[in-house]
Amino acid sequence: MNNPGDVKIPIGPQHPALKEPESFLLTLRGEKITSVNIKIGYNHRGIEKACEDRTYIQDLYLIERICGICSHSHSTCFVQAVEEIAGLEIPRRAKYLRTFIAELERIHSHLLWLGVAGHEIGFDTLLMYTWRDREIVMDLLAAITGNRVNYGINTIGGVRRDINAGHIDASLKAMDILEERTKYYVGIAQEEITLKKRLSGVGKLSYDDALRLGAVGPTARASGVARDVRKNDPYAAYTEIDFDLITDDHCDVYGRTVVRLKELLQAYKIVREVLKNLPDGPITVKAPRKIPAGEAVSRYEAPRGEDLHYVKSNGTEKPDRVKVRAPTLANIQAVSHMLEDGYLADMPIVVAAIDPCFSCTDRMISMHNCGTRKEEIVSWEFVHAKGIEWYRNKGIDFSQLNKKLHSMMNK
Amino acid sequence: MGKELFNILIFPGLLFLCVFGLLAEFVDRKLYARLQNRMGPPWFQPLADFIKLLGKEDVIPTEADTAVFKLMPVVALSAAVAAFFYIPLWGTHALYYFSGDIIVVLYLLLVPTLCFFLGGWYSRSVYSMIGAVRSLTQLFAYEVPLFMCILAASLLANTWSLSEMAVFYGRHPGYWIFNSLGFVIAFISLLGKLEKVPFDIPEAETEIVAGSFTEYSGRLFAFFRMTIDVELVVGASLIAAVFLPFGLGVGQQLGFVVYLLKVFLLMALISLSRTIFARLRIDQMINLCWKYLAPLAFLQVLISLIIKWVLVK
Repeated sequence: MNNPGDVKIPIGPQHPALKEPESFLLTLRGEKITSVNIKIGYNHRGIEKACEDRTYIQDLYLIERICGICSHSHSTCFVQAVEEIAGLEIPRRAKYLRTFIAELERIHSHLLWLGVAGHEIGFDTLLMYTWRDREIVMDLLAAITGNRVNYGINTIGGVRRDINAGHIDASLKAMDILEERTKYYVGIAQEEITLKKRLSGVGKLSYDDALRLGAVGPTARASGVARDVRKNDPYAAYTEIDFDLITDDHCDVYGRTVVRLKELLQAYKIVREVLKNLPDGPITVKAPRKIPAGEAVSRYEAPRGEDLHYVKSNGTEKPDRVKVRAPTLANIQAVSHMLEDGYLADMPIVVAAIDPCFSCTDRMISMHNCGTRKEEIVSWEFVHAKGIEWYRNKGIDFSQLNKKLHSMMNK
Repeated sequence: MGKELFNILIFPGLLFLCVFGLLAEFVDRKLYARLQNRMGPPWFQPLADFIKLLGKEDVIPTEADTAVFKLMPVVALSAAVAAFFYIPLWGTHALYYFSGDIIVVLYLLLVPTLCFFLGGWYSRSVYSMIGAVRSLTQLFAYEVPLFMCILAASLLANTWSLSEMAVFYGRHPGYWIFNSLGFVIAFISLLGKLEKVPFDIPEAETEIVAGSFTEYSGRLFAFFRMTIDVELVVGASLIAAVFLPFGLGVGQQLGFVVYLLKVFLLMALISLSRTIFARLRIDQMINLCWKYLAPLAFLQVLISLIIKWVLVK
């Protein structure tokens, strides 16, 4: 396949199309992509390992910071696993509140995605409009939880904050405004010619391929796969709430847009129903500090797809092992398939269409040995020492600063 | 001699064009922002950007061909300014005119695009090279409909000079209506020439960073930016002169106001298209130009020939 006319073009690790550092090495023939080499792992933060050194309550806040967009997803997923091990049955009101925040999060995430998708195809007006509307739900989240992101509402055994009549009124009003705006965007998606031209037939993923490559979330649902944890394996209050599982058979980026837009409309419906049927009662039950030994897997439908957490406890106040499988890891497998034989111009939107969150996904540092050009897996200590040495060579020495910090902390 | 130098360097030459170009950029940005529900920049922002870029360091890639890399922004700017002298603006006659100046203007307006290509190609960066090739590919798509539309208008006037065309349309005030199809096609082609949305494919930020300009910085980039602003004004003036030939005989001051209005109308249309369209793909753009615009432009030529046969004896 080595054609002299082939051009290798790196998209990433630093590139304006990407919000996070990842590398896509594309081989181009003219404007057509002939092969793709995806490398993830530029953003590994070692959260799973760090969880083992902290208590469950501390982990909750750490886990929440896996992702800035679907923070509630990760924290709920983790807390569900812990509650399962501890055998805690959380109050109904807490379940409803978790569902409420989860759907608000889905709304802001999908609106954000719509704007990003618009930007990737050079339609910045859509970005400006959707992000303006996203502020409504962000303000709502800030009013209810105190934060725009990383809401900190979950705790083991329930939720930390209750809502009042004012919050409910404000939420219902916001849902009306957002529903009207979303219907306008649905209209744009159906009528705007350049938008349709750029999204239709791009990033094809057939039903079989979606199953074979294990796609999740809107990516799978746009290929006709009825896969949604909220329906397949209901958690929180989803058992008691009536909503539609949205699928679409376009099997392309346009289908993914349609699925997300329709899911927005469903989310407004869910929020209304949750607030209508909100049961009274306590919002939390007392949880033990030490979680009994055991293990559990928890599934959660994050805005980007199925999030999966595995927690193993050993009877102490710290977990033995925490494992996170973010939705992007499931979808990234499909991306190289979707990109092949596509156009370079479609690359940003195809990657954006899975709504990637690479830093949630990253799990390892890969090092290239400059001498042998080979990839090596190295230990944490090696990277640590290497980092110190690198800074020292640049004339920056943190050892004095470290000593000062320690003496200040010991005072 | 002194008057000519004044004309070329100050008014209506280089300085006027640069100021007008910056003003046009401001109008475009402000309008674009307001249409998107944003505040938009203050009036001096384009000038501030220009001055700031002038003060920045020029980084020239080691791989790049230094001479071409440095020369291209200047050549592009001077070509765009030179084209301006042959376009009748607020009178029936341009600053300079002769029979055949249509060809010269179209040729001079082609030069900036070629400069973008050469500048990008000799930057030796993959993004620049892809952007450069896209500039050229796009050029072959929009240039034919644009030329044919202007040719159609000149056929009706039976002249090869823009100034004589202005005289002809001044004498026959209603005739511009026969060129309205050509106006639409020429406007779409102009969007391609100016690399504006939906045809900003050569500098598609999310794919190839900044296309041809990826490696440009400092003063050289400032001159490229200025070229784009000037090209915008010159392109809009050309379209206004050929397809909107009214208000030419109303005297200097009023004529100037009418000219500004015409250019700002075209600017507003460009901003509007930037707001409501997504960027097309290069293959879609070429399809559009060859499948629809070129045949329609041909139709415009036929219309002009028939009208000429019927009306102009």
